[in-house]
Amino acid sequence: MRTVKLAFLYLRLGVMNEMQYRANFFIAVFQSLLAVAVGLIVLSLVYSHTSTLDGWTESELLVIVGVQILLGGVIRSTIQPNMQQLVEEVGNGKLDFLLTKPEDAQTLVSLRRVEIWEAVDVVSGSVIVIIGALRVSHGIGVGHVFAFLGLLGLGALLLYCFWMILATGSFWVINLGYLAELFEGVYQTGRWPIGVYPGWLRYSMTYLVPIGFAVTVPAQALTNRLHLATVGVALVFAVALAAFTRWFWRVGLRRYSGASA
Amino acid sequence: MRQESALRSLASYYATMMRTQLMMQFQYRASTYMYTLGMVAEPTIYLVVWSSIARSHGGSVDGLTPHAFAAYYIVWTLVRTMNIVFTPYGWEERIREGHFSSNLLRPLHPIHSDLAMFAGQKLVWVLMYLPIAIGLSLVFHPALHPGAVQIVVFFFAIWGAYLIRSMNMWVLGMVSIWTTRAAAVFETYVLAELLLSGRLVPLTLMPQWSQTLAAWLPFKWTFYFPIEVLVGHMSNLALLRGLGLQVVWIAIGTAAMQGAWRLSLKHYTAVGN
Repeated sequence: MRTVKLAFLYLRLGVMNEMQYRANFFIAVFQSLLAVAVGLIVLSLVYSHTSTLDGWTESELLVIVGVQILLGGVIRSTIQPNMQQLVEEVGNGKLDFLLTKPEDAQTLVSLRRVEIWEAVDVVSGSVIVIIGALRVSHGIGVGHVFAFLGLLGLGALLLYCFWMILATGSFWVINLGYLAELFEGVYQTGRWPIGVYPGWLRYSMTYLVPIGFAVTVPAQALTNRLHLATVGVALVFAVALAAFTRWFWRVGLRRYSGASA
Repeated sequence: MRQESALRSLASYYATMMRTQLMMQFQYRASTYMYTLGMVAEPTIYLVVWSSIARSHGGSVDGLTPHAFAAYYIVWTLVRTMNIVFTPYGWEERIREGHFSSNLLRPLHPIHSDLAMFAGQKLVWVLMYLPIAIGLSLVFHPALHPGAVQIVVFFFAIWGAYLIRSMNMWVLGMVSIWTTRAAAVFETYVLAELLLSGRLVPLTLMPQWSQTLAAWLPFKWTFYFPIEVLVGHMSNLALLRGLGLQVVWIAIGTAAMQGAWRLSLKHYTAVGN
């Protein structure tokens, strides 16, 4: 309960902060439209040379592209700013201030920044998902939609854990300057169904970098190709990864000895 | 006589700057590798997707086999590494934080420090990419058999691409002297680049309109041409003609950069220290 209250408090702070820079909203919209344009152009280029890709039609793949853009918005507005600040503060010792606060440190480092304008991608991604789903439409009911939403939440959790593990690495390796570039690059793989990738890459994208689970699995729910077993595996995997993240964070924190004081 | 010594001091400036950057980049190997890995994702995705399409259509798309795609995209990354220059993102920060004022105090045109700095970093990046390139080659088996002439021309073509893109980015970067939102301009440039340079796919797979347009614009001289030098089977005449056109685009870019530079200097008022 306290965590929820805390999250809302930080959200309010973030909103108030960014309301001062309203022009940024239009820039964010423009950038989001550009990203959508790139996605659609690439898609139409690919499907001008083929009719299915790994069994996915153009409309079905539209759902994947939409989910990838949507989750990208979630990452850039909430997860990434927090994680980058964490890496920075481990480097310059400012994390000391946060650790003295009477609240769970992992909760605090994960919640304290929200960049609302970046969430424009959540809207544009949702629009693409809806268009794609309407074009597929056959045999999709309310149950599929709920499964989709649930798996989307699970996907966001997986991506948070992955980023958190990377950022925790900064307790050992100080200069992680290009972490965001690395993540952005790898995250682009999520734009295609995980089945296109050769075996070794597919496995590492499912379990090592959980992008396959985060993006492809929710899209499977909306295109009527989800197996119950996949849902089970996703659930177990999410719980295990969250527990591992927690453990790894604690180990890292024990190593941290403050650089300032 | 004076001109000669000016040229010599410029050369030694470049040499010193490049050496410093080389050493700095070597110190931060982990972060350089992270950047490289993030960058390799883009061509690997394209490669996997197009190879999969080629295989599902009896082995080739428009005459390109998975091995041809592998060659294209493995060389792509080398060219992309050479193409990394001072972007408008950097300009935004430079102007916002006021660093630019101190650059202006130097007796040299500030483009020299950017050119030399990134040129020095290239040497490290290319060196660090080589093991990744070998790994990718073992997995994807590229069809890559360049001759000696191609390798020599490629060496010049990637530096040509570097100069063309540097000049374009400088012109775009100076937009941030008027507005601090140059990032949006940069992203528009990247969209055009994706469609017109061969960055997304070999240009021959693009629709006809894009190929026609690309012939009249600088973009393809920074991606498609250098890659094709090594991968394609261009005649010696075509290679030479390509290098010549690169020189033309460098000249146009330099002129545009100088024009924009004069305008910007008049407009610039210092922010910060």
